[in-house]
Amino acid sequence: MTAVLTRRPLFEGAEWNFELLKKAYDAIEEIGVAEMGLDLYPNQIEVITAEQMLDAYASIGMPNMYRHWSFGKHFAREEVLYRKGARALAYELVINSNPCINYVMEENTMTMQMLVMAHAAMGHNHFFKNNYLFQQWTDASAILDYLRFAKEYVAECEEKYGLDAVEAVLDSAHALMPQGISRHPVRRQSRTDKQEREIIRREYHEATYNELWRTIPRLQRQEKPITPEAREAEEESQSLGLPQENLLYFLEKHAPKLEDWKRELLRIVRMLGQYFYPQRQTKVMNEGCATFVHYEIMSRLYDKGLITEGAMLEFMHSHSSVIYQPRFEDKHFSGFNPYALGFAMMRDIKRISEEPSPEDRDWFPDIAGNGDALGNLKEAWANFRDDSFILQYLSPKLMRDFRLFQIHDNTGSSFVEVKAIHDDAGYRQIRRVLAEQYDAAARDPDIQVVNADLSGGRRLTLQHRVRRGVLLDKDQCDRTLQHVAHLWGYRVKMLEVDAESGKVLKEHEALPLP
Amino acid sequence: MHIIDRRLNPKSKSLGNRQRFLRRAKAEIREAVRDALKRRKVSEVDGGENIRIRSKGLREPSFALGSTTGERDFVLPGNREYQVGDVIRKPEGGAGGGGQKGSPDGEGEDDFVFSLTREEFLDLFFDDLKLPNLVKAKLKDLRSPEPVRAGLTTDGPPAKLNRIRTMRNSLARRIALRRPRLSEIEELEAQIAEEEFRDTQDHELIAKLRARLARLVHLRKVVAYIDPIDLKYNRHERRPKPKTQAVMFCLMDVSASMTESLKDLAKRFFMLLHLFLSRHYAEVDIVFIRHTTTAQEVDEDTFFRDTESGGTVISTALEEMLRVVSERYPPEDWNIYAAQASDGHNFDDDMERCVTMLEQDILPICQYFAYIEVMPEAQIAPMQSVAWAGYSEVAQSYPHFAMRRVSSPSEIYPVFRELFSGTAAGSEERAAR
Repeated sequence: MTAVLTRRPLFEGAEWNFELLKKAYDAIEEIGVAEMGLDLYPNQIEVITAEQMLDAYASIGMPNMYRHWSFGKHFAREEVLYRKGARALAYELVINSNPCINYVMEENTMTMQMLVMAHAAMGHNHFFKNNYLFQQWTDASAILDYLRFAKEYVAECEEKYGLDAVEAVLDSAHALMPQGISRHPVRRQSRTDKQEREIIRREYHEATYNELWRTIPRLQRQEKPITPEAREAEEESQSLGLPQENLLYFLEKHAPKLEDWKRELLRIVRMLGQYFYPQRQTKVMNEGCATFVHYEIMSRLYDKGLITEGAMLEFMHSHSSVIYQPRFEDKHFSGFNPYALGFAMMRDIKRISEEPSPEDRDWFPDIAGNGDALGNLKEAWANFRDDSFILQYLSPKLMRDFRLFQIHDNTGSSFVEVKAIHDDAGYRQIRRVLAEQYDAAARDPDIQVVNADLSGGRRLTLQHRVRRGVLLDKDQCDRTLQHVAHLWGYRVKMLEVDAESGKVLKEHEALPLP
Repeated sequence: MHIIDRRLNPKSKSLGNRQRFLRRAKAEIREAVRDALKRRKVSEVDGGENIRIRSKGLREPSFALGSTTGERDFVLPGNREYQVGDVIRKPEGGAGGGGQKGSPDGEGEDDFVFSLTREEFLDLFFDDLKLPNLVKAKLKDLRSPEPVRAGLTTDGPPAKLNRIRTMRNSLARRIALRRPRLSEIEELEAQIAEEEFRDTQDHELIAKLRARLARLVHLRKVVAYIDPIDLKYNRHERRPKPKTQAVMFCLMDVSASMTESLKDLAKRFFMLLHLFLSRHYAEVDIVFIRHTTTAQEVDEDTFFRDTESGGTVISTALEEMLRVVSERYPPEDWNIYAAQASDGHNFDDDMERCVTMLEQDILPICQYFAYIEVMPEAQIAPMQSVAWAGYSEVAQSYPHFAMRRVSSPSEIYPVFRELFSGTAAGSEERAAR
């Protein structure tokens, strides 16, 4: 496109049409791809109604989700809130798939459509394609097909085995969804690997053999003789792959009484849990990236005269309400706003790269003043997740701007204590604690299957490693344990064990209902 | 990049989820629906509703860290005056941190509010009720016959194309006329190519193959894949179907002795009845009759909304009913039902007349007759009202005559259910008491 032709604004007024959408997208893509060098999946933009948006909301943002009552429940609640006007709908929804699907609402004004396209089709899209978590954990080109398969499979099961039976399994599986994630993909050691290692070790011994060592007297260690039972138990737990952090995986593979179709349902839920795991770990970055990109693109569009002043003002209005961060005492406060924190950090990286202060040069010697803001950002977008990103890039200036402070809360006492504020002594401390707040591994309870007594009473034992004395919510734990028992088919026990002392702090137990 | 307009996609994709959700919480929702009826005004009975339910079955538990044990650190924005080492009293009733711990989506797990549509509301409301003794099935209304399958034709709109039969015909014709398959032609082409490629070309063979190929191609062109002759369409015929026809008479006392609250009770009952009938029986006629010392047939609106006052002569209503029956609803063709609501007041000498009319003229032609007596709530040990005493005799000898007392809106629904829950068998013994 030539600059001379596009001096005229692309549109005036609020109305949009498909032709205009196309034109606007082209202008946005030109900035996004040609100027900013974003790397994108092909985009697919779908215009939907408010009801369809509610629909998508209810099914955890996925099109073509299988049927389950809980989605109906969420839909019913969202609908009431929306009708009352208590909650506005999102302007867009974007799916990590290839092609990348962007839902935009028909109610949006033309300015909002542009904002949404810049935000989702450029920002989120780039992030999905380039962030290492998404690359490692999700297969963007397969997800839509998998969902279709899942939907059909669930429907088929409902027909064959009845709504109630399918519902019961899905209920239990959903309860365990957060525990259905393999955080550390196991690399199985093949037999040849082991043999090779054995050979290498022996060769090493032979090469470094020294007669002298033989003369040193050995320490007589009193080793307990291994009983055959203990050996058997050891072997069994090894064959079950214990300890196992992925409860759904364990139940799918080893639950003694589960029918095959139920195992497949567990697998479906597990796959979806896995698919969403990166999104949970990159909220701040993902939104920060998208918000930064839309801000950049809209500003450049305005500089080129492609959008009117009115549109720019409308954009600024909605942009500033999106990145509003209420203070902790505010009644609207509900934790950090990922848009606010994310956007501020991205802008800050840009500032550090282009006009660093001496303080920044101390804190970020690698990027301060190197002038390549976009390069630094892309590097960050590709290689970090929320916790590591904050740990790496949260600057003292930002901590001062947000006026961050750290609270220590001991549930036994009726006071909380201020541990650190935004001063020289506190920066690193605050940064570490905030990063931890976003660490999925620290946020979720650490629960593992530790024992399954397959030869005896078939009791399954789970273990929660308690960090800093924080126990599970009893009510929820008992109910969830009931679901585990339902899938396992026999008695299930949960031990809450202190991570440091190894002391058992609490026990829960559940029996399957007949 | 593609832009796709999804707005025209079928709506309510979430309907399946919603049905599953309603099914799941059915017991609780039904309870809430009935509660709602008690609170509603007469004019609002018919409509959707915001329902608040408390359901164990709707919980979605997961392993989560509790907030009552252990110690934790967190970072908050917006510090104004705090210094390191400051201690702050925790807010009452909540875990520390100035609201940090409020459940973020505001979901109180126990109470769940959502809205039902009118359809869903009524569905739950009249779950398994039906009119008793619907026996006389008659031909009615030949103007709206139902479509019935009636074989196949060779002509019709595309929507009715019978694809299976059409393809079967097409296949048979293609085999009979030896339409070559595409694979045969391709094979032949490959063979020709192979022959031509050879060093020593057998020209004669190639010519033969070519001729054969030409013939096949020609044949394929001439013998169509689907010929108009193959087409078969489903045919439907409209045939009249026998239908049951029923008429419901609603008789209500609107005299001065019926206070506003009593009228309200009676109206609620009829409102329910009306909803129930118009929902389940498209073919049911409803006749509204109200009476003081005189009776008149009125339309639905007047019946429910207008007020009037005067003395009470019940028999006038029965007479009016008989008049309407003889004019419009011959008993041999119609299932006749009647429901009467009154406070039980009547002129003493009229009661005898009522009973005689009931026994001789009305009950013999009725499928079911329900009498509802409304009375003030304060009246705990009900006095024998004139009408109740008179009707009690009737109830003993006629099983399809039922009578009930209602004193508060909350009783209406149970009584209504009793009267229409499939069989009226239980009604006799209750009334006899």
